[in-house]
Amino acid sequence: MTRHLLSIDDVSAEEIQRLFATAAEMHDVQKREVKKLPALRGRTVINLFFEDSTRTRSSFEIAGKWLSADVINLSAKGSSTSKGESLRDTVLTVTAMGVDGLVMRHSASGAAHQVAGWLDIPVINAGDGMHEHPTQALLDGYTLQRQLGGPGSLEGKRIAIVGDLTHSRVFRSNVKSLIKLGASVTAVAPPTLMPSGITEWAKADGFATSYSLDDVLPEVDAVMMLRVQRERMSGGYFPTSREYTVGYGLTRQRLGMLREGAPILHPGPMNRGLEISPEAADAASSRILDQVSAGVAIRMSVLYHLLAGEESA
Amino acid sequence: MSLLIKGVSVLGAEPTDVHVEGGVIREIGTLSANVDEVVDASGLVLLPGLVDLHTHLRQPGREDAETVASGAAAAAAGGYTAVLAMANTSPVTDTAEAAVSVWDLGREAGLADVFPVGAVTKGLAGEELAELSLMNRSRAGVKVFSDDGRCVSDPRVMRRALEYVKAFGGVISQHSQDPSLAPYGSACCHEGELSGRLGLPGWPGVAEEVIVARDVMLARHTGSRVHVAHASTAGTVEVLRWAKAQAEKDGSWAVTAEVTPHHLLLTTDLLAGYDPTFKVNPPLRPAEDVEALRAALADGTIDAVATDHAPHARQDKEHAFVDAAFGMLGLEEALSVVSTVMVSSGLLDWAGVARVMSTTPARIAGLEEHGRPIAVGEPANLALIDPAATYVVDRDRSLSLSRNNPWHDRKLTGRVVATFLRGKQTYAG
Repeated sequence: MTRHLLSIDDVSAEEIQRLFATAAEMHDVQKREVKKLPALRGRTVINLFFEDSTRTRSSFEIAGKWLSADVINLSAKGSSTSKGESLRDTVLTVTAMGVDGLVMRHSASGAAHQVAGWLDIPVINAGDGMHEHPTQALLDGYTLQRQLGGPGSLEGKRIAIVGDLTHSRVFRSNVKSLIKLGASVTAVAPPTLMPSGITEWAKADGFATSYSLDDVLPEVDAVMMLRVQRERMSGGYFPTSREYTVGYGLTRQRLGMLREGAPILHPGPMNRGLEISPEAADAASSRILDQVSAGVAIRMSVLYHLLAGEESA
Repeated sequence: MSLLIKGVSVLGAEPTDVHVEGGVIREIGTLSANVDEVVDASGLVLLPGLVDLHTHLRQPGREDAETVASGAAAAAAGGYTAVLAMANTSPVTDTAEAAVSVWDLGREAGLADVFPVGAVTKGLAGEELAELSLMNRSRAGVKVFSDDGRCVSDPRVMRRALEYVKAFGGVISQHSQDPSLAPYGSACCHEGELSGRLGLPGWPGVAEEVIVARDVMLARHTGSRVHVAHASTAGTVEVLRWAKAQAEKDGSWAVTAEVTPHHLLLTTDLLAGYDPTFKVNPPLRPAEDVEALRAALADGTIDAVATDHAPHARQDKEHAFVDAAFGMLGLEEALSVVSTVMVSSGLLDWAGVARVMSTTPARIAGLEEHGRPIAVGEPANLALIDPAATYVVDRDRSLSLSRNNPWHDRKLTGRVVATFLRGKQTYAG
């Protein structure tokens, strides 16, 4: 297993399955009355968040605590600009307190990579700008795999990822991990929300792109909707939220185009009525709350593999 | 002080001897003059002292990153005898007093002639013209004006600047980059496949090209002279090729362009590790652009090599990539990079190197004592090069106060071994 988890590039398909297998065990623990495992007793994990987050931070916090680690949450919001202390000084200061692992979120792409180069403890990327959010992709893949029939079940399955691809770290991690799991991915967005160079990128990595959700939706085995920030309108990426919904929203009408029982995923927080309708979010095939509970199991698995080490597995 | 440089190859020609006395070249030929010092220069190439159209010396304001004196020392180590110091200091060089202050600091250091570049607009704000004429009339004699670091993006301001400097033969050196084509002003790299993968906001090449295209049309309209700083894309080369043909036909206006050593060798894929050492503006581009720039430098479409030497204190580079400072060092390795990229490949001979690194930049900047032929009676501003020397760059051996050196650990061929400013040795390698 890799020393850090900065990107899905750090884990092979086999390692992903191992993380999933451990997560499944952790998932069972969640159903117990007493949820704590002793695996990380005496270890200290810092959740260093340079950017606001509720669900990811609390998910990592619960995961650490159920593994008996001491978990410290630090908000470093505002220190992410060049005006203040350098990023290197901030992380060296925080980790000098005697820390065994760093979970880090930052609004700048690549920040976790840079930090990993300055530290000698494992670094887990909890989201870096528009770049990656590997634990989100792992929990998404885990949720889908469980839903579609266990290990190997994503092989050959068609999955659409729909929304603001340009600004999405969830997309960037998921496209890598779903390809590793053998799925066939189609990325759907209006041209203005496609990352630059995606044509060459898609060709090199083996995924498809489309501007038409209506063309793609009837063909897929699962759909992952991404959050669209309303402020993108002022950046000229699309004219109105109404127009976006008509083109790319998982509306009530579009729900009928999906195959029976095809899972619907969304990393949250949702803009109900914009990229996803209440009917879709609350549909029987919606796996959105399963994603949240899987998140804790996956993060327990990642913390366990990176901090407890293979020898104690 | 008299000097005899023995057995030297002037611009790559057959070996000869060069006698220097009183800061001037006295004789060239097979000589046995009675001099203070004899330099055995067999196997070495003699070039006119190099001229850099584009450096950042950080004084006043950021003397922790570079001073005029440390920058001049780095320049001398790079074979330069004249450098133009950009105006984006703190305070900005937008008055005669500020220009004279930089000029005097250069004179005191005595290691290279430092010519201040004046700001085009007050405070580099892009709105009102700075006192261009007063800067020109000062003893600094400013002829090159630039808001470098920022683009003079308002066409009305650019037009007036181009018109205004005609009165005294000035030139506007433009940082061509349309700020509205970068997302939220946060762009930090080349926009392309890699920036898409890395999730970094980028500048597309077209942000440069639209400004170059606009500016050559404005130069034609105003009958003035525009200089394209750090050209970085194949599209810019295409526009320049067209524009230069038009300017030659018309005879009433001119466009010149420079390219940096880093845009001749480094490519955008170096950003894959998010190392801010490679964060620079304009950004490193893909290999196709690098190829086009080399060809354009070889065929004269691009006139000059300029370093865009941009020192930064270590802490200003130790931020997240998007927050880190833009820029990289260049003065000390520029000649080696040009030698490695252009001479070793046969794209330029040493006479060509003298043209793009000395003669033409001196002409663009209107410097009378630099970029002169190596001939009897000319000022002895000279750079002595070992064309065969191969070395690995060590950033800690730099004379710059900063260490943001993109060439660190890279093997280069061709090295400056001595520099002379008006006959006085300013560097001994």
